[in-house]
Amino acid sequence: MAMPQTKPAPVATTDIAVSARSVSKTYGETEALRDMTIEFPRGQLTSLLGPSGCGKTTLLKIIAGLLEPNSGTIEVNGKPVTGPGEDRAFVFQDFALLPWASVMRNVAFGLELRGVAKSEREAIAAKYIADVGLKGFEKSFPHELSGGMRQRVGLARALSVNADVLLMDEPFSAVDEQTRRKFQEDLLSLVQNENKTFIFVTHSIEEAVYVSDQIALLLPRPSRVSEIIRPSGLRMKDVDNIRRDPEYLDTVDRIWALLRSYVE
Amino acid sequence: MTLYGYRLPAMSSLILWGLLWEAIGQMEVSFFVPPLSEVIVTLFEVVQTSAFQKALWETAYAFLAGVFFSIVIGIPTGILMGKNRLIDELLLPWVNIFLSVPLTALVPVLMVLFGFGMTSIIITTTLFAIWIIILNARVGVMQINRSLVDMARSFGASPWDAFVKIYFWAALPEILGGVRIGIIRAVKGVIIGQLLISIVGFGALFELYSNNFLMSHFWAVLLVLFALAFSISELLAMLERRVAYYAAKR
Amino acid sequence: MTDQSQRTLATAASQGRPPLTKPARRDFFGRLTPALVKHRPLVLKLVSAAVVFGAWEIAGRIPVSYAFPTFIESMAALWSMTVDGSLFVAYGETLKPLVVGILISTFIGVAVGMWIGLAKWADWLFSPIFIVMQAAPLAALIPLLVMIYGIGLTSKVFVVCIMAMPVIVLNTAGAVRNTPSSFIEMGQSFLASRAEVIGKIILPAASPVIFSGLRLGVSAGFIGAILAELKITPTGVGDIISYSRSVADYASMYAAIFSIIVLAVVFLNLLERIELTLFEGNARGYASD
Repeated sequence: MAMPQTKPAPVATTDIAVSARSVSKTYGETEALRDMTIEFPRGQLTSLLGPSGCGKTTLLKIIAGLLEPNSGTIEVNGKPVTGPGEDRAFVFQDFALLPWASVMRNVAFGLELRGVAKSEREAIAAKYIADVGLKGFEKSFPHELSGGMRQRVGLARALSVNADVLLMDEPFSAVDEQTRRKFQEDLLSLVQNENKTFIFVTHSIEEAVYVSDQIALLLPRPSRVSEIIRPSGLRMKDVDNIRRDPEYLDTVDRIWALLRSYVE
Repeated sequence: MTLYGYRLPAMSSLILWGLLWEAIGQMEVSFFVPPLSEVIVTLFEVVQTSAFQKALWETAYAFLAGVFFSIVIGIPTGILMGKNRLIDELLLPWVNIFLSVPLTALVPVLMVLFGFGMTSIIITTTLFAIWIIILNARVGVMQINRSLVDMARSFGASPWDAFVKIYFWAALPEILGGVRIGIIRAVKGVIIGQLLISIVGFGALFELYSNNFLMSHFWAVLLVLFALAFSISELLAMLERRVAYYAAKR
Repeated sequence: MTDQSQRTLATAASQGRPPLTKPARRDFFGRLTPALVKHRPLVLKLVSAAVVFGAWEIAGRIPVSYAFPTFIESMAALWSMTVDGSLFVAYGETLKPLVVGILISTFIGVAVGMWIGLAKWADWLFSPIFIVMQAAPLAALIPLLVMIYGIGLTSKVFVVCIMAMPVIVLNTAGAVRNTPSSFIEMGQSFLASRAEVIGKIILPAASPVIFSGLRLGVSAGFIGAILAELKITPTGVGDIISYSRSVADYASMYAAIFSIIVLAVVFLNLLERIELTLFEGNARGYASD
């Protein structure tokens, strides 16, 4: 319980897994990102938090290689990004599950595209299906699952390709509140157990403070990183106590104070 | 499609195809394909002939009558099917069958029953248009938002009030969608009817032109017909879009 | 996690779906009719068929017209045509242009539709032609086709093609264009090649709409095939219709028309079977959200 504020900042000891340098992106006339620079430490979860229109999803898709920036560079493990790569996996807001494919095929789909043999990829997929708690649903189809279960399938698919970096685009926004809380707890243990870098887009302040090692607060017009917040003491707490912690509450208040003027 | 940053209008490629037609016609590749310019010149002569105007009038009459009957019979039938399960289950198999079977096969029956005249053509047109109108009206009524129905009941609306003030309007986008497809089918039906009963309307005109190998006359009439059909369908699509604005927000 | 998700499923089953045991239904006389309730759709289909065929029989007996045979007479004519084999010979003729035309329309139509859906310039160049064809009464081209290609098989295949192709092309193009963009992004983020995105994502995602286009195309092709036989040269079933009309054998004429309608329904059901075999996921419904 001791020294919640004095824990040595981990950023000095960890290296940087992903970095964005002066990234700009415009859609026609609209400026989505201007000169954005931000770094994501390895093994940690960084949230991109901000009101709608601040370009957080655009930034995530540029990191994924799905969009090309007009200028600036993205580096993953020191190598510049030119397109989608094996070092990154994406978790979609609307799950992007193939409705005609079983849970097994959906989870194994990333491996299928990488040319992994069927028996091998299904063995790997089965492990991750069990890991996310869907054992027994291998032969089910997406429409037979609840929203939360569908996102577990999407998560298992992203985990099964064993990428260093997991990119999550508002992954819990389409599931109900209870499921969402359970997801957030599971995500915390995932960050702890897997040595992966998580980049997490959300518009929920509470969610960001709860799950993040580092929060990048993005503001619109022009879009920019307004502040990097590191809720340093929360990660040592038991998951059940985080929401009562004074630092949690203070951080939520502080972010709201910063954002409130941008809400229409 | 953009060219050098300039957005080309949607149907502008038809100009290109028209030029291709003209070129093929000028090169006299085939006797059956006269140049487009010649066809257009003929077009202005043809539309002034009394034979053309008579054909147009007869076609329009059969078409409008067919559309009228299919709407007046089709929409109430569809709404009834959407509201009453027994009627729905009794009629739906037949509606589905007649929606997709070759109705051309029925035209000979109509000819022996109703003669080689206007009546048969009007019935053919109705048969082509009515099934999709029924089906769409039915779907429109069935998909009405449950809370709208509850709202009507909670405010104590009478069945008639609920029907006239809520159900009809809530189902209107689907109903109009059905009417649009029905009308496009009616255009095809009226021409098919005239081709098979080839003594009236454009059927007779086509017979005359093809027997005398008047190619540019033939193409001119085709062009008028296609342009009319296309305009009707675009006009209806435009009307439908004006109603559809609230379809997405229900 | 496991018990959490099973709990989710259990609540969905207990709340979202209607209870499995419905209250028993009673017939007009208040008796319980479990067998009738269980087979209600089938029973109603049979009732509905009986009503229609019964009305046909009665109308034929009145008779409403000298050219209106009874249902039983028509079925007897159909039976004798089936027994002496003339019906099969006729359909051998009729199905030739129909099957050839539909196969051509399917392969060319789906290919062109994919092309239009995937390439913007192909969309600009070809879409307007098919949009106009879709709206236009293409049957009017038949006299022209007869002049160019004569009264043989070629003309008839052409008629089937021009009737069936536009809807196949436009449905395919629309379906390809409307593939959810997150599906494609998902494929790209897992490094799918262009061919894999098309073959494993776009094509299966578009398949339900492509198949509904095929169904419409087949149905339009049927219209074309019969139209060709009635208008160009009387062959096959069209010949039975025209000949029996000219000799006033109306029972045979109605029988032939009845058989066409049955054949069209069977054909369309067959197509549905093919769809379910090729894309078995299509029957499972869609998770829309």
